[in-house]
Amino acid sequence: MKLEHVDGENKGDVVLFALSTCQWCKKTRMLLEELNVEYNYVYVDLTQGDERDEVVSELEKWNKDLSFPTIVINNDKVIIGFDEDQIKEIFG
Amino acid sequence: MGEKYDNLKAEAESGGYYLNPDVEFVENLIDSIEINKERYGYGACPCRLASGDKEKDIDLICPCDYRDADLNDYGCCFCALYVTKDVVEGKRKLKSIPDRRIRELKKNKESEENISLKNLKYPIYRCKVCGYLCARENPPEICPICKADKDRFEKLL
Ligand code: SF4
Repeated sequence: MKLEHVDGENKGDVVLFALSTCQWCKKTRMLLEELNVEYNYVYVDLTQGDERDEVVSELEKWNKDLSFPTIVINNDKVIIGFDEDQIKEIFG
Repeated sequence: MGEKYDNLKAEAESGGYYLNPDVEFVENLIDSIEINKERYGYGACPCRLASGDKEKDIDLICPCDYRDADLNDYGCCFCALYVTKDVVEGKRKLKSIPDRRIRELKKNKESEENISLKNLKYPIYRCKVCGYLCARENPPEICPICKADKDRFEKLL
Protein backbone atom coordinates (compact mmCIF):
# COMPACT_ATOMS: atom_id res chain seq x y z
CA MET A 1 0.00 0.00 0.00
CA LYS A 2 1.61 3.24 -1.16
CA LEU A 3 1.17 6.11 1.26
CA GLU A 4 1.81 9.81 0.87
CA HIS A 5 3.66 11.37 3.77
CA VAL A 6 2.88 14.67 5.47
CA ASP A 7 5.42 16.11 7.88
CA GLY A 8 4.53 17.31 11.33
CA GLU A 9 4.92 16.40 14.93
CA ASN A 10 4.98 12.67 15.65
CA LYS A 11 1.79 11.91 17.58
CA GLY A 12 1.73 8.21 16.79
CA ASP A 13 1.38 6.19 13.61
CA VAL A 14 -1.46 7.95 11.79
CA VAL A 15 -2.92 6.62 8.54
CA LEU A 16 -5.74 8.41 6.73
CA PHE A 17 -7.87 6.65 4.12
CA ALA A 18 -9.38 9.36 1.94
CA LEU A 19 -10.81 10.22 -1.46
CA SER A 20 -9.37 13.03 -3.56
CA THR A 21 -12.88 14.27 -4.36
CA CYS A 22 -14.42 14.23 -0.89
CA GLN A 23 -14.85 17.47 1.06
CA TRP A 24 -15.02 15.85 4.51
CA CYS A 25 -11.66 14.24 3.68
CA LYS A 26 -10.29 17.64 2.73
CA LYS A 27 -11.50 19.11 6.03
CA THR A 28 -9.87 16.21 7.87
CA ARG A 29 -6.54 16.83 6.17
CA MET A 30 -6.77 20.54 6.90
CA LEU A 31 -7.47 19.88 10.57
CA LEU A 32 -4.62 17.37 10.91
CA GLU A 33 -2.30 19.91 9.34
CA GLU A 34 -3.61 22.67 11.56
CA LEU A 35 -2.86 20.45 14.57
CA ASN A 36 0.59 19.78 13.11
CA VAL A 37 0.13 16.00 13.03
CA GLU A 38 2.61 13.85 11.12
CA TYR A 39 0.56 11.40 9.05
CA ASN A 40 0.37 9.22 5.97
CA TYR A 41 -2.58 9.12 3.62
CA VAL A 42 -3.88 7.32 0.57
CA TYR A 43 -6.41 8.64 -1.92
CA VAL A 44 -8.21 5.37 -2.55
CA ASP A 45 -10.06 6.67 -5.63
CA LEU A 46 -6.70 7.16 -7.35
CA THR A 47 -5.62 3.54 -6.85
CA GLN A 48 -6.29 0.78 -9.37
CA GLY A 49 -6.32 -2.99 -9.75
CA ASP A 50 -4.39 -4.98 -7.13
CA GLU A 51 -3.41 -1.89 -5.21
CA ARG A 52 -7.10 -0.89 -4.91
CA ASP A 53 -7.99 -4.38 -3.62
CA GLU A 54 -5.19 -4.26 -1.10
CA VAL A 55 -6.15 -0.82 0.22
CA VAL A 56 -9.86 -1.71 0.40
CA SER A 57 -9.24 -4.92 2.34
CA GLU A 58 -6.99 -3.01 4.75
CA LEU A 59 -9.70 -0.37 5.24
CA GLU A 60 -12.35 -3.04 5.72
CA LYS A 61 -10.48 -4.33 8.77
CA TRP A 62 -11.07 -1.00 10.47
CA ASN A 63 -14.33 0.19 9.00
CA LYS A 64 -16.94 -2.26 7.72
CA ASP A 65 -18.84 0.55 6.00
CA LEU A 66 -15.78 1.28 3.84
CA SER A 67 -16.47 4.98 4.22
CA PHE A 68 -14.23 8.02 3.97
CA PRO A 69 -12.46 9.61 5.72
CA THR A 70 -11.17 6.91 8.07
CA ILE A 71 -8.19 7.55 10.35
CA VAL A 72 -6.31 4.63 11.94
CA ILE A 73 -4.05 5.49 14.86
CA ASN A 74 -1.24 3.17 16.01
CA ASN A 75 -2.94 0.24 14.27
CA ASP A 76 -5.47 0.32 17.05
CA LYS A 77 -7.85 3.28 17.30
CA VAL A 78 -10.18 4.37 14.49
CA ILE A 79 -11.93 7.64 13.74
CA ILE A 80 -14.67 7.34 11.13
CA GLY A 81 -15.88 10.47 9.35
CA PHE A 82 -14.80 14.05 9.97
CA ASP A 83 -15.25 13.91 13.73
CA GLU A 84 -13.80 17.27 14.63
CA ASP A 85 -14.14 16.87 18.40
CA GLN A 86 -12.52 13.45 18.47
CA ILE A 87 -9.66 14.51 16.21
CA LYS A 88 -8.98 17.54 18.42
CA GLU A 89 -9.22 15.47 21.55
CA ILE A 90 -6.69 12.95 20.33
CA PHE A 91 -4.23 15.25 18.56
CA GLY A 92 -4.93 18.64 20.03
CA MET B 1 -17.86 32.05 -7.68
CA GLY B 2 -21.52 31.51 -6.92
CA GLU B 3 -23.01 30.79 -10.32
CA LYS B 4 -22.63 27.03 -10.13
CA TYR B 5 -24.04 27.17 -6.63
CA ASP B 6 -27.02 29.27 -7.67
CA ASN B 7 -27.87 26.99 -10.60
CA LEU B 8 -27.86 23.84 -8.50
CA LYS B 9 -29.70 25.64 -5.72
CA ALA B 10 -32.52 26.61 -8.08
CA GLU B 11 -32.72 23.05 -9.36
CA ALA B 12 -32.72 21.60 -5.84
CA GLU B 13 -35.31 23.98 -4.50
CA SER B 14 -37.67 23.33 -7.40
CA GLY B 15 -37.72 19.72 -6.18
CA GLY B 16 -38.10 20.59 -2.50
CA TYR B 17 -34.43 20.09 -1.56
CA TYR B 18 -31.97 22.49 0.09
CA LEU B 19 -28.25 22.94 -0.51
CA ASN B 20 -25.64 23.31 2.18
CA PRO B 21 -25.31 27.10 2.70
CA ASP B 22 -21.47 26.82 2.58
CA VAL B 23 -20.97 27.97 -1.03
CA GLU B 24 -17.29 27.00 -1.29
CA PHE B 25 -17.92 23.53 0.15
CA VAL B 26 -20.76 22.93 -2.32
CA GLU B 27 -18.86 24.28 -5.32
CA ASN B 28 -15.96 21.96 -4.53
CA LEU B 29 -18.42 19.07 -4.49
CA ILE B 30 -19.92 20.17 -7.81
CA ASP B 31 -16.39 20.25 -9.30
CA SER B 32 -15.70 16.80 -7.85
CA ILE B 33 -18.85 15.39 -9.43
CA GLU B 34 -17.64 16.86 -12.75
CA ILE B 35 -14.26 15.16 -12.22
CA ASN B 36 -16.07 11.87 -11.67
CA LYS B 37 -18.14 12.40 -14.83
CA GLU B 38 -14.91 12.70 -16.79
CA ARG B 39 -13.27 9.84 -14.95
CA TYR B 40 -16.09 7.31 -15.05
CA GLY B 41 -18.63 8.68 -17.53
CA TYR B 42 -21.19 9.31 -14.79
CA GLY B 43 -21.43 11.63 -11.81
CA ALA B 44 -20.56 9.24 -8.99
CA CYS B 45 -20.85 10.49 -5.41
CA PRO B 46 -17.62 12.37 -4.64
CA CYS B 47 -17.47 11.03 -1.06
CA ARG B 48 -17.81 7.36 -1.90
CA LEU B 49 -15.54 4.91 -3.68
CA ALA B 50 -16.84 4.27 -7.19
CA SER B 51 -15.89 1.04 -8.94
CA GLY B 52 -15.93 2.46 -12.46
CA ASP B 53 -18.66 0.00 -13.46
CA LYS B 54 -21.86 2.00 -13.97
CA GLU B 55 -24.13 -0.91 -13.18
CA LYS B 56 -22.47 -1.48 -9.82
CA ASP B 57 -22.39 2.23 -9.05
CA ILE B 58 -25.91 3.10 -10.19
CA ASP B 59 -27.05 3.67 -6.59
CA LEU B 60 -24.32 6.23 -5.94
CA ILE B 61 -24.79 8.50 -8.93
CA CYS B 62 -25.59 11.92 -7.50
CA PRO B 63 -28.26 12.37 -6.22
CA CYS B 64 -27.74 8.92 -4.72
CA ASP B 65 -30.36 6.43 -3.51
CA TYR B 66 -29.54 7.30 0.11
CA ARG B 67 -30.13 11.05 0.06
CA ASP B 68 -33.70 11.03 1.35
CA ALA B 69 -33.07 8.61 4.19
CA ASP B 70 -29.97 10.51 5.33
CA LEU B 71 -31.75 13.87 5.17
CA ASN B 72 -34.47 12.37 7.29
CA ASP B 73 -32.17 10.75 9.85
CA TYR B 74 -29.25 13.20 9.99
CA GLY B 75 -30.26 16.45 8.30
CA CYS B 76 -27.80 16.07 5.43
CA CYS B 77 -26.76 13.68 2.69
CA PHE B 78 -23.50 11.77 3.18
CA CYS B 79 -21.41 14.42 1.37
CA ALA B 80 -23.39 17.28 2.97
CA LEU B 81 -24.23 18.70 -0.44
CA TYR B 82 -27.94 18.53 0.39
CA VAL B 83 -29.21 19.50 3.83
CA THR B 84 -32.57 19.97 5.52
CA LYS B 85 -34.30 23.30 6.01
CA ASP B 86 -33.48 23.40 9.73
CA VAL B 87 -29.79 23.16 8.87
CA VAL B 88 -30.12 26.05 6.40
CA GLU B 89 -31.85 28.06 9.11
CA GLY B 90 -29.09 27.26 11.58
CA LYS B 91 -31.40 25.33 13.90
CA ARG B 92 -29.55 22.08 13.46
CA LYS B 93 -25.80 21.58 13.38
CA LEU B 94 -24.27 20.02 10.32
CA LYS B 95 -21.83 17.17 10.83
CA SER B 96 -20.19 14.27 9.08
CA ILE B 97 -22.51 11.23 9.16
CA PRO B 98 -22.07 7.45 8.81
CA ASP B 99 -22.35 5.91 5.34
CA ARG B 100 -25.34 3.57 5.09
CA ARG B 101 -24.53 2.34 1.59
CA ILE B 102 -22.79 -0.99 2.28
CA ARG B 103 -25.43 -1.92 4.87
CA GLU B 104 -28.28 -0.95 2.54
CA LEU B 105 -26.82 -2.96 -0.34
CA LYS B 106 -26.72 -6.03 1.89
CA LYS B 107 -30.25 -5.42 3.11
CA ASN B 108 -31.59 -4.95 -0.43
CA LYS B 109 -30.06 -8.22 -1.52
CA GLU B 110 -31.87 -10.02 1.26
CA SER B 111 -35.23 -8.31 0.72
CA GLU B 112 -35.15 -8.87 -3.04
CA GLU B 113 -35.68 -12.54 -2.38
CA ASN B 114 -38.72 -11.85 -0.22
CA ILE B 115 -40.77 -9.82 -2.67
CA SER B 116 -43.88 -11.68 -3.75
CA LEU B 117 -45.27 -10.98 -7.17
CA LYS B 118 -48.93 -10.21 -7.30
CA ASN B 119 -51.29 -10.56 -10.19
CA LEU B 120 -51.32 -6.91 -11.13
CA LYS B 121 -52.64 -5.42 -14.32
CA TYR B 122 -49.45 -3.35 -14.57
CA PRO B 123 -46.12 -3.69 -12.83
CA ILE B 124 -45.24 -1.00 -10.29
CA TYR B 125 -41.98 0.89 -10.75
CA ARG B 126 -40.28 2.95 -8.07
CA CYS B 127 -37.76 5.76 -8.54
CA LYS B 128 -34.94 4.94 -6.13
CA VAL B 129 -33.89 8.57 -5.92
CA CYS B 130 -37.16 10.16 -4.82
CA GLY B 131 -39.62 7.31 -4.26
CA TYR B 132 -42.03 8.21 -7.11
CA LEU B 133 -44.27 5.28 -8.03
CA CYS B 134 -45.98 4.50 -11.31
CA ALA B 135 -47.97 1.61 -12.72
CA ARG B 136 -47.08 1.06 -16.38
CA GLU B 137 -45.37 -1.46 -18.65
CA ASN B 138 -41.99 0.24 -18.38
CA PRO B 139 -40.51 3.01 -16.25
CA PRO B 140 -40.54 6.52 -17.78
CA GLU B 141 -37.42 7.81 -19.60
CA ILE B 142 -36.88 10.30 -16.81
CA CYS B 143 -38.55 10.58 -13.44
CA PRO B 144 -41.25 13.27 -13.76
CA ILE B 145 -40.62 14.29 -10.16
CA CYS B 146 -36.84 14.37 -9.66
CA LYS B 147 -35.59 13.95 -13.28
CA ALA B 148 -33.53 10.86 -12.50
CA ASP B 149 -32.79 8.59 -15.47
CA LYS B 150 -34.83 5.53 -16.35
CA ASP B 151 -32.12 3.20 -15.04
CA ARG B 152 -32.66 4.51 -11.50
CA PHE B 153 -36.08 2.79 -11.37
CA GLU B 154 -36.67 -0.56 -9.72
CA LYS B 155 -39.59 -2.89 -10.32
CA LEU B 156 -41.37 -3.00 -7.00
CA LEU B 157 -44.20 -5.40 -7.84
S1 SF4 C 1 -26.80 13.22 -2.79
FE1 SF4 C 1 -25.06 13.75 -1.50
S2 SF4 C 1 -24.31 11.79 -0.70
FE2 SF4 C 1 -25.65 11.37 -2.44
S3 SF4 C 1 -24.27 11.30 -4.21
FE3 SF4 C 1 -25.00 13.38 -4.10
S4 SF4 C 1 -23.47 14.45 -2.93
FE4 SF4 C 1 -23.11 12.26 -2.54
